Parts: sequence; C-alpha cells; structure tokens
Amino acid sequence: MSSESALRPQPAPKGAAVVVVGGGVTGLSAAWWLAQAGVDVLVLEKGIVGWEASGRNGGGATHAVSPLFREEQRLWPMMDELLGYPTEYQPYRIRVALNESQLAQHRRMTQLAVSQGFETELLDPKALRELVPLVGDTVAGGIFCRYGGHANPQRTVQAYAWALQDRGGRIVQHAAVHDITLRNGRAVSVETSQGSFGCEALVLAAGPQTALLAGRLGVEVPIAPARAEMIVTEPVPVMRHGGVDGGGLYGRQTLRGNLAYGGGPHEWLEAQDLQPRRAATSPVMRSLARRMRDLFPKAAHVRVIRSWAGIVENTPDGRPILDRLKNPENVVIATMSSVGFGLSPASGRAIAQLAVDGRCNFADLRQLDLARFAGLAADWRERRGWVPWSPSGADNLMVES
Amino acid sequence: MPGASAAAQGRGIDPTSIAGKRFATRPHVPLVVVGAGPAGLAAALEAARLGIATLLVDENPVGAGLMGMDVPWHFGGRMDASVQNSGRLIERVAESRPDLAAAYELGIDVQLGVAAWGAFANGPTSASYARPIIGLADERRSWLQTFDCLIVAAGARDVPVAFPGWDKPGVMGARAFHALVSEYRAFSGRRLVVLGGGVVGIQAALAARRASLEVAGVIEVDAAPRAPAALLEQLRAEGVQLHLGQSVRALRGKAEVEGVVLADGAELSCDTVVVAVDVAPTIELLDVLGCACRYRAELGGYVPVVDEDGRTTRPEVFAAGDCAGVTDAALADPQRAAGAGRRAALAAAAVLGMLAPEQAASRIATLPPASRAAPADREGPRQRWLAAALAAGGDELVVCQCEDVRVRDLVGIRPPRYLKYAEAAFAGRNLHALAVDGPINQDQIKRLTRAGMGQCQGRRCRDQVQSLLAAHSNVSPGDIPLASYRAPVRPLPLGVLADRDEGPEMRDNWSAWFGIAAQWQPHWEKPSDDPAQILAPHYHLAEK
Repeated sequence: MSSESALRPQPAPKGAAVVVVGGGVTGLSAAWWLAQAGVDVLVLEKGIVGWEASGRNGGGATHAVSPLFREEQRLWPMMDELLGYPTEYQPYRIRVALNESQLAQHRRMTQLAVSQGFETELLDPKALRELVPLVGDTVAGGIFCRYGGHANPQRTVQAYAWALQDRGGRIVQHAAVHDITLRNGRAVSVETSQGSFGCEALVLAAGPQTALLAGRLGVEVPIAPARAEMIVTEPVPVMRHGGVDGGGLYGRQTLRGNLAYGGGPHEWLEAQDLQPRRAATSPVMRSLARRMRDLFPKAAHVRVIRSWAGIVENTPDGRPILDRLKNPENVVIATMSSVGFGLSPASGRAIAQLAVDGRCNFADLRQLDLARFAGLAADWRERRGWVPWSPSGADNLMVES
Repeated sequence: MPGASAAAQGRGIDPTSIAGKRFATRPHVPLVVVGAGPAGLAAALEAARLGIATLLVDENPVGAGLMGMDVPWHFGGRMDASVQNSGRLIERVAESRPDLAAAYELGIDVQLGVAAWGAFANGPTSASYARPIIGLADERRSWLQTFDCLIVAAGARDVPVAFPGWDKPGVMGARAFHALVSEYRAFSGRRLVVLGGGVVGIQAALAARRASLEVAGVIEVDAAPRAPAALLEQLRAEGVQLHLGQSVRALRGKAEVEGVVLADGAELSCDTVVVAVDVAPTIELLDVLGCACRYRAELGGYVPVVDEDGRTTRPEVFAAGDCAGVTDAALADPQRAAGAGRRAALAAAAVLGMLAPEQAASRIATLPPASRAAPADREGPRQRWLAAALAAGGDELVVCQCEDVRVRDLVGIRPPRYLKYAEAAFAGRNLHALAVDGPINQDQIKRLTRAGMGQCQGRRCRDQVQSLLAAHSNVSPGDIPLASYRAPVRPLPLGVLADRDEGPEMRDNWSAWFGIAAQWQPHWEKPSDDPAQILAPHYHLAEK
C-alpha cells in the first residue's frame, strides 16, 4: 500500500456484529478478545484510543480483591506475545512499609492473595534496601509479592488497538456517540458524529460516559466521575523490580527509570463537565512529592518533570459492573469502577464472553451485576459527598505567616 | 478536620476527596507578573504607579542544575564556573536590567531567581480553588501564591534545529546565549558559529562581538538574507561573514564542538554553535491554566488567543511581550514589548477595580498602538533548516536527545530501544498508517516513541517533532495539536516541590486511591452498605 493511498481513508462498511463504544483499555481489550475469536467487531471512540484514564494511571496489575484476579495473573505474563506488541509488563510487586502500622496493613492485604494460593515473602529493612536502594534508613520493612506486576498503560492501550486491527477488528476514532437506536427490544445501531453504525450486539465501555449512554437505553448506571492525578520524575537508575509502592502511594518505576506515582485527594465532577481537552492537575502534586520523598528519601534530589490527571468513574460500592442486560438483551454494560487497567486482560475476555455467550466461563460475575443497585436512592451521590465541591470564601487556603 | 466530621455525621462530604482540603499559601497579592523583561517590568511599573500591590518574579538567574539540563533554554554546557555563585549572578542580572531599580523604588516585590512552575484555577475539571494560585519556587523550596490578576510576560524560548552532532556540548540556543553573554556574563566559549541569518541570528552575532567573542560565521539556509539591511550592515561592519544557502552537514569534534562542516564542504572551526534560526513564545503557564492557544505561524508557533490589551480567554490572565507572539519588529525594539506590558497592566487595573474601564481604555489609547508591521514568514525558514538537517542526517538524525529518538523511530513510531519487540509487527506501523485512523496528535506520538518525554521537558525537540509529524502526515504544522504542557513546567526536585506545610485535613485523610471500603474488600465478602465504612481505616490509608 503506498503512503498516498494510505492517507485517503477507504469507505469502510458501517457497523459490525459487535460494536464496542469506548476505546479505553476495557473496551479495546474486549474488542481484541472478540477479534481473536473471529467476531466482526468495531470500536467507536470519541477521541484517540486510550486517551483518558486508560492511558494515564499507575499501570498496576495486582488486584487480589477482584473475582478476575486469577485470570489477571494468568494472562499478564503472556500479553506481549498474545498482542504482538510490547506492554512493558514486569512481574511482581513490592509493598514498602514506612512504619509498623503500614506493615500490618500490607500483611492483611497480601494475605488475600496468599489465601488464593499466591506467595509472599516478608522483607526486613536490610533485604528491602537491597531490592529498593531508594528507601530510607528508617523503613519498617516490606512484603515481596510473587504475583502481580505492572505495565505501561499508554503502550498497552495502543498494543490492544493494533492487535485488534491486526485481527480484522476496526476502530473509528473521533466518533462521538450521541444516541443508540432500539428496535424490538434490541440495540440495533449507534448514532455518532460520523454517522450510524449498525450492530447485533453492543458493549458500552465508555468510562465516565457509560451512564449517559445507558440512559439513552432507559437503563440507569450509577457511576460518579472524578479526577485523579499523578506525578513523574526524571529517570533514575533502574531497580531490579520497578513495581514498588507504599506510604500512601500507588505507582511504579518505569523501565526507563522514571518514578511515576499517584494518590491522595480526588475531585468529584459533574458528568456534563467531561469533554475537556485534558484534565487539570492541582497543588495536590506537592503532597504527592512529599510522600514520594518520604517513600524514597534517597531520591529527594530527583526532579519531577511532569504531572497528569485522568477522569475515572466509580460505582457506589467501588466494584465493577460487568453485566449483560435483560432489556435490551443484546447490550453489555462494562465499567471497572476506577480500577480497570490491570484487570483489562481478564475484563476484556469476560466482556467478550458476555457479549457472545451471555455468560463468563472463568469467573463468577454475579456480584458485578447492575441489579445490585436497584434500590439505590436517587441522591446517592449527594449522600456520599461524591459531588463537586467548591470552597466558600477563601476557606481552602492557609495563609503562611 | 471539618471534612471527616461532616461525613461521619452523614452530611455528605467525602473525606478522601479534595473537599475541605486546604493549601498553604503566601499572603495574597492582587497582581502577579511573571517575567521581568521589558514587557513584565513595564507592566509591573505601570501597575505599581496605579497603587496596585504587585509581585514581580523572574527565574533569572536560572540555577546551575537546570542550566545543565538545558532548562529553560538550550545552554549547551557553555556556562563558566561563575554560575555556581547564585549571589553574584543575581547582581549581574540586576545590573543588566537597570529598570529594576525603579521597580524596587516603587515598592514592587521583586523576586529574582524565582520560577513560576505551575498555575491553578477553576476550570472544566476543577472547581476547588477559592482563588487562582501560582506555584513558585527558588532552588531550595516551593510555595503557592494566590492572586486576582496574572500578567504572563515569560518571553521567548529557543527553537532548536537538529543537525548531525547537535547533541554535543557546545551546541546551544540563541535565548540561552543571550542569557549567558548579556545577563549572566558567564559564557565559557570563545569562537562561535551562528546558525540563522534572520533577526535572531544577526542579533546573536552582534551580541557576541560586543562581548569581544570571535564569530567564525553566520550560516543561513536561504539564498537571501532574512534580516533588515541595517542589521546586515552592522554585521558587515564587524567583519562577520554571512554564508548564504548553507547548512550544517557535520560537526567536528569528539567530546565537544570543534567546528562545523557546511553543506558545500567548507569548514569553520569554533567551540560553540549558536542555533539562532528563531525563538518561539513561552506559553507553558498559559496552556497549563487552560488559556486557549492557537498556532500562528507568523507569530512563531502556538500563542495565546489575546485581544489588543493582551487579555487571554481567562479574564484574570494577560499575556504581554514575546510570549504572546514573536515578531521581528518586537525583537528589534524592546519598547514594543514595554508598550504591551503597560496595556496589559492598565487592562488588569480595570479588572482589579483600580481603574474604571473607561479610564483604562482612555489611558491605553494614549499608548503607541500594537505592532502592525507585516510579520515575517517564521515557518518557512524553520522548515528549510529541518529539510537541510534531514538531508544531512537522514533517518539516523537524533530528534529527541533526552530519550535518544531518531527520525526513523519517530516516523516508524517505534518503541524505545530498551524494549524488546518484534520488528515484523511494526513493519506496517508508521505515521502514514496512523494518520489513516485520525489526525496525528503529538501527545500520542510522545507516549509511543518517548520523543518529548525527557528531562528537558521536550524543550529541545517539541518544535521539530511537530514539524516532522506534519510533514509525514501531509498537513501543516498548525494542524498538529499543541503538545500539552504540564506542571511543574520547570523540573523541580521532590524535596523542593514537597509541601512542607501540609495541613491536617490532607494528612489525616490521605488515601492512595478512593477511600471506598468495599473496593478493597475481597470479592467474596458482601460489600458493606454502612456509609461510616468510608471512614474505616483500610489498606489504602497511610496511617502515621
């Protein structure tokens, strides 16, 4: 194909057997699994693939609380090979405890993985310092998890996108969905800024926009969007294991050597605010820097070169909704409730099965159904305080003397 | 801890959210001016004369550590040892700007060696600021400063141009050269070659001669000179030769610059190459604040959208001087920037209620009008320099020094070399193919190739990456969306950026992720529906 003809988009057939709305990590993984299975699949993305929180997160793949945990752990070591593109996946996770209380918390949480057959190893301060030379002299210890891991979110979303194209799947970017057409109790087409796309089955994996789209089907999906942010430093010498966190932070050292960490206050947003060029970062980055300095005292001189923010959605219990609806019965709702990246190999496979077979054969998803929120109060966000907050007067400022 | 207690009483505040958090700030000032060059100084003086309490910050002198990282300009390692003495450098900067004395006399709070690294205000994805905030820092610590109005007079930045060997010490930018020679008096080179026969290049050569440095030649890619006749006459008077229709084929020297080989094979020996093809507006803070920016080729690149008085799309934020657009007329005459600064200050005075709008307008009307001179073509020369570089360096030309990204990596959207990947999988992956899926976005390419991800924060590569992306997707540079700027727009050590005055609201409610108890309960446990559970200490709370 000459570059000349490559630049002129060919008229593509509109629609597909399965249309996935949302080119984030969850939707792309679902579409890739469908394409792998030979299903005619099309992804509609309002902007660029992986542009929002899917490409802007801590890259962690260690979620022992999830019913998809085993599949997450099984799949990640194979993903580079399965996708054919590098994800920068690295195995293992080290939890650093700055004090005994944090160590107790790490023990309690890692026990969840141990109870599922995974192994951990307690690290005394000396052993921890050998593995993580950036920690300080007063560190309490750590736990080495022989499970979990981390990958590069940006590279991974692109890997899903390319892999699905390699298998015949299609992606239409810059197609904003404004409606879904129902006929005889089924979603039959998706109406976008680039026209109408017919479908036999529909997956809504549009992150914070999922509620608005489900609303077009008369289905209420209770999610609240929020902004969260991270900072990243210049590269420092690469440690043996980059998946190191603790001290109130999540994150990793990249294979390049950058330290990328997040945590701290999030900001709840209105759903209609969700079309910004990018999400803003805030002075919270100074509290992040403070905790990074405390976690890695030997890196206090290392320079922060960037920050970024992403917008994620949460359900009322903070757990995913992965559900094939009863009505319309050819629609799958998929939100990972702010913990989507690491679980994406497994969530995509589950969603693909829900879309094709109506059930998932490797994990029990019953508790992730939408029906659990049936009795939810209409003002649940207000009750939880999951709504935008503005200071009155100057009351969020402490004036230094 | 108002947030936590309110939530405990069921009044609906999420204690782990931004609600109720407080930021430590320095005592409020109505007006902050960033940059004490001609525009910023004139703005601050005008404001102070109107009785507006004004804080004027300027990052000069830049710390030696940042200079070594080529931040904020491309210093190319040509600083002498005196840059280690920041006290002496502050004196030299003050001496180089005589108007600063007037600022001190008027009671303006002038802070030199203080960089603005971020700015925060309510916008589409944040509503939590009682007042707009600017983040400031010196070499030891950072702090936050609230303001009512902000005038950004951040000047211009270097526009690097790649050529074979441009990553060697001794290759530097025109703006960095100006700082080292004319302000810091800390330039370590002796004999230089200047790239660029426009106003920027000729001015660099003349500044070098004034400092008694040797200028081995001025190189211009175009066949005709781009500078006004008067400047060219001065150059001739200094005996400096202008090499027209030339570019750099190769660099001589192993560890450092020892000379250049021109396209025609001629060799010029030198210890420094000053890349002075052009400069571009410094818009970092404006973009971070969410002020709309547009590509204006005739103004040197992306510039803030402003009205005649420098008002941006945020009513409390103004841009004045080179950061609002670079023109040859303004580069040649600092009085134009000063006029822009005064206009912005008068308009800001109206916003601050210190002048009635009609008073401000009538005073602005007495000032010389904004430049109407026909702007020069700034894009063409840059493109022709890049084309010459590609002709000389080909696919192996380094585009991004920090991340060692070459032209072939950028065009082929290849992962960095430290990753293992199957070359065959990437056979059909390149900018042309990616453009089929939608317009090329520089931030996306940055994530894939790492071009622009390095410690210089993309300063040495963003313009040429933008040009290359445009060329390879058959669009003009202005069709490539602005690669976003993110705070901190100056690299700050963790220990400097760290908030040393963090309040108890932040500390006591810190959670690594949303403080939703059921999110961290194992899936085999039924989620608790007790709202108080949100407050329960759990794994992700970093207990002290």
